[in-house]
Amino acid sequence: MSATFVGMPAFPTAARGALADTQLRHNLAHATSTIRAKRAAVVGEVEEWEELRLAGAAVKEAALRDLDTHLVRLEESLTARGATVHWARDAAEANEIVARVARDHGADEVVKVKSMATQEIGLNEALAEHGIAAWETDLAELIVQLGDDLPSHILVPAIHRNRAEVREIFLRAMGDVGRPAPADLTDEPAVLAGAAREHLREKFLRAKVAVSGANFAVAETGTLVVVESEGNGRMCLTLPEVLVSVVGIEKVVPTFADLDPLLRLLPRSSTGERMNPYTSTWTGVTPGDGPQEVHVVLLDNGRTRALADDVGRQALRCIRCSACLNACPVYERTGGHAYGSVYPGPIGAILNPLMKGTGRPGIEGEQTDSLPYASSLCGACFEVCPVRIDIPEVLVHLRSKVVDGHRGDTVPKAEAVAMKAAAWSFGDSRRLGWVEKASGVAGRVLTRFGRTTLPGGRSAAGRIAGPGASAWTGARDLPAPPAESFRAWWRRTDGGRGEEGSS
Amino acid sequence: MRVALMVTCVNDAMFPDTGKAVVRLLRRLGVDVEFPAAQTCCAQPMVNTGYLDEAVPVVRTFVDAFAGYDAVVTPSGSCAGSARHQHGLVARRSGDAGLAAAVAETSPKVYELTEFLVDVLGVVDVGAYFPHTVTYHPTCHSLRMLGVGDRPRRLLENVRGLRLVDLPQAEQCCGFGGTFAVKNADTSVAMGADKARHVRGTGAEVLVAGDNSCLMHVGGVLSRQQAGVRVVHLAEVLASTEEGVGGPSGHPQVERAREEQR
Repeated sequence: MSATFVGMPAFPTAARGALADTQLRHNLAHATSTIRAKRAAVVGEVEEWEELRLAGAAVKEAALRDLDTHLVRLEESLTARGATVHWARDAAEANEIVARVARDHGADEVVKVKSMATQEIGLNEALAEHGIAAWETDLAELIVQLGDDLPSHILVPAIHRNRAEVREIFLRAMGDVGRPAPADLTDEPAVLAGAAREHLREKFLRAKVAVSGANFAVAETGTLVVVESEGNGRMCLTLPEVLVSVVGIEKVVPTFADLDPLLRLLPRSSTGERMNPYTSTWTGVTPGDGPQEVHVVLLDNGRTRALADDVGRQALRCIRCSACLNACPVYERTGGHAYGSVYPGPIGAILNPLMKGTGRPGIEGEQTDSLPYASSLCGACFEVCPVRIDIPEVLVHLRSKVVDGHRGDTVPKAEAVAMKAAAWSFGDSRRLGWVEKASGVAGRVLTRFGRTTLPGGRSAAGRIAGPGASAWTGARDLPAPPAESFRAWWRRTDGGRGEEGSS
Repeated sequence: MRVALMVTCVNDAMFPDTGKAVVRLLRRLGVDVEFPAAQTCCAQPMVNTGYLDEAVPVVRTFVDAFAGYDAVVTPSGSCAGSARHQHGLVARRSGDAGLAAAVAETSPKVYELTEFLVDVLGVVDVGAYFPHTVTYHPTCHSLRMLGVGDRPRRLLENVRGLRLVDLPQAEQCCGFGGTFAVKNADTSVAMGADKARHVRGTGAEVLVAGDNSCLMHVGGVLSRQQAGVRVVHLAEVLASTEEGVGGPSGHPQVERAREEQR
């Protein structure tokens, strides 16, 4: 795969291109509104939904509070059941571990269960460098992989594609990597799924090594859980001889009973189903049944950095349901690629800066720092989050970290100067009064140029050149500042008591 | 009960008619509202852009201006949300225990206009008259940060002459988002264009909301499209009576002439 998020521009620039893609806009609007409606319907069926959200948040919060204890317990339980546990500080370490396991078995290919953690660490690309092909077996991941594309959604990574595009990709690319698509392939969803099934089946039956992530890891029993819809995961988890699971350290829950609220919250929030079709659980090695060599890679890769942030750590409660993406009006317009990460949307706008850190130099740092601003703070994400992550709160917090990271700059940004000026005028009402007087005069001057009239009759400014002004007036008229501010009116008329015609 | 009007910086500088409407409306309902002249801004522009240090003096000015009032009423869901949910954060950042205490005293007394009318005054029929077809956009912070629920709707339903039509996908953000509107102007405009499309689809003549900042954004898009839909703050609708002036929107020529005179 040659497609990469590395070197992506900051969000506003990346979004501009996405907004101009009419096919993308249409696909996304359709897909997100469909899934929003499905979610709303099944969530509405659960009377105690709010209590369930609180319970889910509490389980994850308790797990995170004593994360070290639970992780050591998980390692003990897994080891006792015959699994091999590896610890990986970062992507490079994790990738190296998976490659070594595959190489030890002489494998030149692995089949994969859909997994965000392996996307995050760029496992497929790393394995390719070792001459090992990683086959995605989730339908949407397969579409992305065959299209040499990048995922744009956590749950539905090919959400930016419609079925006509999927058909073209299958016809073009399947034959290069295995069984080709039938020549008479139509864009009927069932026909497309049938072609994918035929294509994948030979890979399931051939592969010796499988790679997965995990939705949950139970410390007390050493049980890993994968939740999925298509059965491809079940194939990967049961057929090959060797199974390697890359698991973010925040996936641990203390007890088996803790799965209860989470398994009820996840499908309704994620696919809008009451229950997901396949829930696979496995506990180390079961002699004579399933993979006989089981590895678990516990991955940090910035999670402890997020944990150290006392406001931001709630993001580690995330169960990757993607309800926040579907609810987000920004995501609906721009799609996932603009976020420059496998974690897009509102959760990506906080997870990326939390795990990578803010204020890093260079284009990558700039890209990360742009993400907390990729939100209108409308709060729709928090409203649907099954584990009650207050995403707007974390976004604002991260914005302050971005700003604080630049306080030592020798040449301050124009925005910083503007904010200082605003703080000065808002610090004292007399100063604000002078500013308003000046703005009234400026307004009368400005509206002489590009003068227009708002519906209802108020005069306004049309397009105005210059930074800031052009950003607003490029597509929006701007009401002209009134000649008299409210405070000036209040003083002149004694709060309207001295004004003719006021009641 | 001592009641203060928190007009907000946006209304003060850009939409004084909304402030005047609140004054007219509250007086009509028997509330002698005061305007503490020391007020400036709720500090939300700084907080939401990440400038917490810059927000400290502004929050200090806020609590000083509104100290001693029983209720602080504002025609903005967003600014009420800022005062109630963000001032504590700014005070903690300042490390000033006195400021934190003052915020804890003031914040709970801040009411968005419809909350004050329905919850404190206990009225849903304010005796208004506004003979126009109207659609209502629930602004995000009033809806999700404050939870004003159906209060605005109940107030609008009791306005004589007013025909209220449903706005499709009403709860979706209009795309204003404070500095988001400029920092991510393209995305903001894309959201605004979709909101404008829904508004036009209703056939309403007037778009009403409880936040002028959001209305300035959607109204700016509608105006650029020559859509023939105007935006009016909810306070101005509720202040309108058969006798009284219906805000600036009623008689544009008169208003413009008035502007020119000043």
